[in-house]
Amino acid sequence: MIQIKNVHKSFDDLAVLKGINLTVNKGEALSIIGGSGSGKSTLLYCINAIESIQQGQILVDDIDVHASHTNQDKLRQKLGMVFQQWNAFPHLTVLENAALAPRIVKKMRKEEAIEIAKKELIHVGLGDKLDMYPTKMSGGQQQRLAIARALAMRPDYMLFDEITSALDPELVGEVLDTLRMLRDDGITMICVTHEIAFAREVSDTVAYFHQGVIEEIGPPEQVISNPQKQTTQHFLRKVL
Amino acid sequence: MDYEFHWSIVWRHMPEMLQGAFVTLHVSVLSMLIGILIATPLAIAKLNHNKFFSPIATVWVEIARNTPGLFQIYMAYFGLGALGIHLSPYVAVLCALAFVNTGYLTETFRGGFQSIPKTQYSAAKSLGMSRFQSYRHIILPQMFRRIYHPMTNQFIWAILMSSLGILVGMNELSGETQRLQSLSFRTLEFFIVAAVMYFIITKLVLLSTALIARKLFKGEI
Repeated sequence: MIQIKNVHKSFDDLAVLKGINLTVNKGEALSIIGGSGSGKSTLLYCINAIESIQQGQILVDDIDVHASHTNQDKLRQKLGMVFQQWNAFPHLTVLENAALAPRIVKKMRKEEAIEIAKKELIHVGLGDKLDMYPTKMSGGQQQRLAIARALAMRPDYMLFDEITSALDPELVGEVLDTLRMLRDDGITMICVTHEIAFAREVSDTVAYFHQGVIEEIGPPEQVISNPQKQTTQHFLRKVL
Repeated sequence: MDYEFHWSIVWRHMPEMLQGAFVTLHVSVLSMLIGILIATPLAIAKLNHNKFFSPIATVWVEIARNTPGLFQIYMAYFGLGALGIHLSPYVAVLCALAFVNTGYLTETFRGGFQSIPKTQYSAAKSLGMSRFQSYRHIILPQMFRRIYHPMTNQFIWAILMSSLGILVGMNELSGETQRLQSLSFRTLEFFIVAAVMYFIITKLVLLSTALIARKLFKGEI
């Protein structure tokens, strides 16, 4: 379970998160929607401790993420993350990309790491690209590689940060299909996304972020199909 | 022009010339290795604004890049000698070359690190890699790939600068050539052959670094 309690975060004088409270249970899918600058991506970076917070608390399976005694490198093994900009490691083959972290972080034997990496790569449809270098692949393929690479660490939670935003429109579909597949596998996920239709389809809960606060939260039928707040209605009118 | 070339004396002394060429190569390779080993942490310190090492790196870079090589070799040999630290010509030249290499490479490496997208660090971090693991497996391999060719130039430069070893009586190719010509007075012949040998050495070095690059860097950046 991920619990976010009254989290505040600012960059210098700019307050980005102003008291966020959220709970994501095992097996749930939460989508976060909202305009740019609303703080939705920053929250993901705070959950896996890439960014620090100024106030509040984030608990991942009851581990306090930002406590000084927490081993954050170890904690991140629980949290897979995929970024907006696909960032495959360009000097490694597809297979090496996915097998590296299991081998060096989890200290798996090489054969074991490769086996897991292969399995995840086949799962996302890259089984025929194992020995390729990522720079030769399309953005959609690289993004699927990033998903498989995160999954190979067998995380308990997946964080997706606008993973289709930088893709050419015709490549968005294959990545969303991969996410749907993960959803069917029952993986717990938090998706920051601009794909409203997708959020409505796969999420248990949708949160609308506006200027650093959660303006509206609830099941998608409510937040997306029947929003109560004016700001939410306004936002959805613009993007739908 | 009535100069008469006498090449036979040069051929007779070829073994000594080759020995000198070997010393030239030896001292340049070693000075590069030392330079890489010191420049890597200095570049990282500079990028992270490390309170202690960053100023050291800055001073080092500034001195190395803005003073003549001749001065650095003199400092290592005569300067330290005056202070009671007596280095052999070989060690003095090695120190001076390594000093300059470190200065230039620190700046090259810094540029290399900066050219790697921040997202690569985040991606490595998000997979649970420690700082050391991220550098070791993700950042350094990419950095070295990007600065490989500038680094090769530095290597060539080190080979050529080692010829200043002649000034402190080092037995590298130039020093050896100097000694041999003073025994025979066939100055032109000896220095022409030495120049050709420098040319061949640098060409061979460029060829081998290109071959190593092909073997090392299979993926594209």
